[in-house]
Amino acid sequence: MKLTLKIWRQNGSQDKGKMVDYQVSDISESMSFLEMMDVLNEQIINEGGEPVAFDHDCREGICGMCSMHINGEPHGPDKGITTCQLHMRSFKDGDTITIEPFRAKAFPVIKDLMVDRSSFERIQQAGGYISVNTSGNTQDANSIPIDKHAADMAMDSATCIGCGACVASCKNASAMLFVGAKVSQYALLPQGQVEAVDRVKNMVAQMDLEGFGNCTNTGACEVECPKGISLENIARLNREYFKANVKG
Amino acid sequence: MSGFFNSSIGRKYAMALSAFFLMIFIVQHFAINILSVFSPDAFNEISHFMGTNPLVQFGLQPILLFGVIFHFVMGFILEIRNRNARVVKYAQYNGDANSTWMSRNMIWSGGFILVFLVIHFIDFWFPEINTKFIQGDMSGLLADGEGYRYYEELTHKFAPIWRVALYCVGFIFLALHLLHGFSSAFQSVGANNKYTRGLKGFGKAYAIIIPLGFIFIALFHHFNQ
Repeated sequence: MKLTLKIWRQNGSQDKGKMVDYQVSDISESMSFLEMMDVLNEQIINEGGEPVAFDHDCREGICGMCSMHINGEPHGPDKGITTCQLHMRSFKDGDTITIEPFRAKAFPVIKDLMVDRSSFERIQQAGGYISVNTSGNTQDANSIPIDKHAADMAMDSATCIGCGACVASCKNASAMLFVGAKVSQYALLPQGQVEAVDRVKNMVAQMDLEGFGNCTNTGACEVECPKGISLENIARLNREYFKANVKG
Repeated sequence: MSGFFNSSIGRKYAMALSAFFLMIFIVQHFAINILSVFSPDAFNEISHFMGTNPLVQFGLQPILLFGVIFHFVMGFILEIRNRNARVVKYAQYNGDANSTWMSRNMIWSGGFILVFLVIHFIDFWFPEINTKFIQGDMSGLLADGEGYRYYEELTHKFAPIWRVALYCVGFIFLALHLLHGFSSAFQSVGANNKYTRGLKGFGKAYAIIIPLGFIFIALFHHFNQ
């Protein structure tokens, strides 16, 4: 198939950036979206140009690196997938595809389609962990009985890969689904209770410091999340934050 | 708790709590107004009670005014902060793919409700304050002294069709605002559980029935002159 690509080109964080049009042909519908981008880059290199910079690592929907906003949606038009899992069969011959980086003040553009999502790392570092010394003291996994329902919900929350699609899709660029998932995966388990108060307070404080917007419950994040993280995680975050502030 | 309300989540709680208060007030306002359709005497009696009772006038009314102003001011502040969270806008943004128009445009429906409220205050609230607290007439009686004035004033206001149309548009925006706002307020205070589905259904019914009821009252008095 032949396609017209409108791609955001930005040569570094200080560059103003602009949309640039490209034509690509001989694209197979079996290609993944990133393979199509590889074809485009080969074409650009052969023509003596600068290839389009974009993030990718595992190419199997686990690493959460491929942060592209395609035709107005993070990770493209299909639901429950990352960009690397998007295939060209989702498009038609002759289509025009708009490709932009995830847009948020807290996700500054590094180059072209690559954004700096280290704000997520800093939120994690603020409290998204359990302080347990496991060196030489590994306990049996079943030494603390955990309710199956709670374990399942914690696992669901823990499937968040931190790709940033929630921020990209939110009209307010809010990170509350990400933070909600990271708080929930510990709040639902007994191991997470010891540091629960400090965890949620510190993570929310860091989230606000990074410049993410306020959640207005549009639900766009839940729909666009490639791992199906639900809005229940944001409600739990709100409850945990309230409880933590009441406790002091 | 002082830091709580300076945080993004604390502001969500504050918006939700003021929304709960306003949604309860709207039900009370509707319950009184619908009496004007069924019993002008009962409407006059309760209007006079509400208009002259010190607890209502000097206790609840200032709280209501604070609630209204707070909800609007905080709403606009949050909107500005949220817009600043995305400095460079998307060339293409397909919001319809993942969210409702109502949820993405609360600031617009809220803004139109604010315009409507200003008109509503000019129509009813300011004249009422003028009569009672500036002119000092707390009797609630008509100029000729023959019965209470409240029902007469209400029906008189809805005589011009342009005012009825204006009120209908105002209530349509209220319905659009509540279609997202009702369930959103519960989500903001952390209420997302097995009752959420039922709550959303109740919220949709509330968002349609209450504004539709207000529209019915305006139309009833216009065509029943």
